[in-house]
Amino acid sequence: MRGRCLDMVHRLARADERIVFLGSDLGFGTLKKFREELPERFLMEGINEAHAIGLAAGLAFDGRIVYVNTIATFLTRRCYEQVALDLCLHNARVRLIGNGGGMVYAPLGSTHLAIEDIAIMRALPNMAIVAVADAEEMERLMPQTVDWPGPLYIRLGKGYDPIVSDPAVPFVLGKGIAARQGADALIVTTGVCLGPALAAAEELAQTGRSVGVLHMHTVKPLDTELLLDMAHGVRAVVTVEEHTVLGGLGGAVAEVLAEEDFPRMPRPPRFRRLGIPDVFPDKYGTQNQLMSRYGIDQGTIVKTVQALLP
Amino acid sequence: MQHSPVCVETQPGGKTPLDARGQKLRLDVVDIFEHARRGHVGSTFSLMEILRVLYDDVLRIDPKNPRDPARDRCILSKGHGCLALYVVLADKGFFPAEELCRFCAYDGMLGGHPEAGKVPGVEASTGALGHGLSIGAGMALSARMDRRDSRVFVVMGDGEINEGSVWEAALSSGNRGLDNLVAVIDYNKQQSYDSTYAVQNLEPLADKWRAFGFAVREVDGHDLCALRAAFGDTPLEPGKPTCVICHTVKGKGYVPAENNLAWHHKSKFTDEDMAGLRAAFSCKRGA
Repeated sequence: MRGRCLDMVHRLARADERIVFLGSDLGFGTLKKFREELPERFLMEGINEAHAIGLAAGLAFDGRIVYVNTIATFLTRRCYEQVALDLCLHNARVRLIGNGGGMVYAPLGSTHLAIEDIAIMRALPNMAIVAVADAEEMERLMPQTVDWPGPLYIRLGKGYDPIVSDPAVPFVLGKGIAARQGADALIVTTGVCLGPALAAAEELAQTGRSVGVLHMHTVKPLDTELLLDMAHGVRAVVTVEEHTVLGGLGGAVAEVLAEEDFPRMPRPPRFRRLGIPDVFPDKYGTQNQLMSRYGIDQGTIVKTVQALLP
Repeated sequence: MQHSPVCVETQPGGKTPLDARGQKLRLDVVDIFEHARRGHVGSTFSLMEILRVLYDDVLRIDPKNPRDPARDRCILSKGHGCLALYVVLADKGFFPAEELCRFCAYDGMLGGHPEAGKVPGVEASTGALGHGLSIGAGMALSARMDRRDSRVFVVMGDGEINEGSVWEAALSSGNRGLDNLVAVIDYNKQQSYDSTYAVQNLEPLADKWRAFGFAVREVDGHDLCALRAAFGDTPLEPGKPTCVICHTVKGKGYVPAENNLAWHHKSKFTDEDMAGLRAAFSCKRGA
């Protein structure tokens, strides 16, 4: 997913001279061809995220479109004030590409995990947040990022994630995708969690449960219209995200549902969030091991939906 | 408005006299205090000559076309000195002077820190310290990409450069050889709590900037000729960004406020304060 994303930045930059790439201190050879072809628009700033965001803002104020790439947690947490003020307050057209959203860097521990990035980016006015499911969806996303009117946070998964998105379904930044329709329950998910969500829905279908899946690749602005449409009439809504349950997709969905009239309906849907509890993960291992530890997997989704349905 | 042609001698110790325009601009600030009864007095007065010289004599800008891509840029990174910027921008015609009396008012456009998009002529919203030099570096780099000869001036406070992000920006700008970037330091030797020496000593300040790849000049920050020469001579060295360290007096021009930490920020002026401020500068109004 990361490789496809950066390749797309290169491809887009060839066609649009406003585009600038800015990395912190990325891996050796990253975007080598971009650097050779467009050296003036390829910046490697070093390990100085606060400065890098301000620099990107200054470039954007002049009409340039800047793609900034480094590890997600350093791109969101380390330079939060610069993101808030230099980018969001000015509505600057800077695209933050965060490597390793969620628990991709499981072996490296909590210093490198981006498990609250969606929550803190969500809190900033003007910031948009997108987490696609796989590399192919990334390819459909990227052309739409160029002229997005404000700052944008692009959360990357691990890479080599299984392809689960449907190329036949149009991808529109800012709009959710009804990946599967269902009458009994709705699973709302973002990023690479689409895969286990679809698998869980299929497993539940085999037991006679009709479960829909809403792929909310754009967490902000949230497609509340589609969410309410798909949540209407179901008995259970479950959110699934590789992120703390505080303030991310689950929080956003809960806010929308709580302010709707469901509580006054005869049978309001029951609601659960699956994600990382309010802890710093205490284990290393692999991303999948940590996902399982916190119940962000097919089996837990199935059990959670079953427990909510009568 | 005729600008003072008088060159004054640099006098260490801050004895450089103010000319008529220097007093008039300060009196405009006093008028704002009359309405708002609040503001950063010390920083505003220490900055005044720096901004005045930039806007009067150095920056290529057109108040009628403030977004002209070819313009020079000036960022007041020490946003708390905004009153000096506001009176200069109003004086240059970026916005009607009547706006000044709505400083910090609910329906005013001039807040306690300057915001781009609200105030014509303000290039970047500042107030949180340590942001301006990176943004200015981005603007300078953008000009270089376009082969434009725009210069970018970033005015910072001495306390502000405690922020690590300033030194990240300095390292990057020096390495990139951004010679269209000018870091201007209002070195009044005081920050909120105490002197800069006591809180976080910056010395040897010029050597630090040199070490980061800047060409450095030190001037009396109230000496109009020295400021004009320093800013006008930039880049001081081709291939290097410039740092102009302006030795200033906090509260310059109003003796009770000069180098007086209690006047760093005033949230309530007494009638006596107002009378004293007005008396200090009134004799020159209209001169």
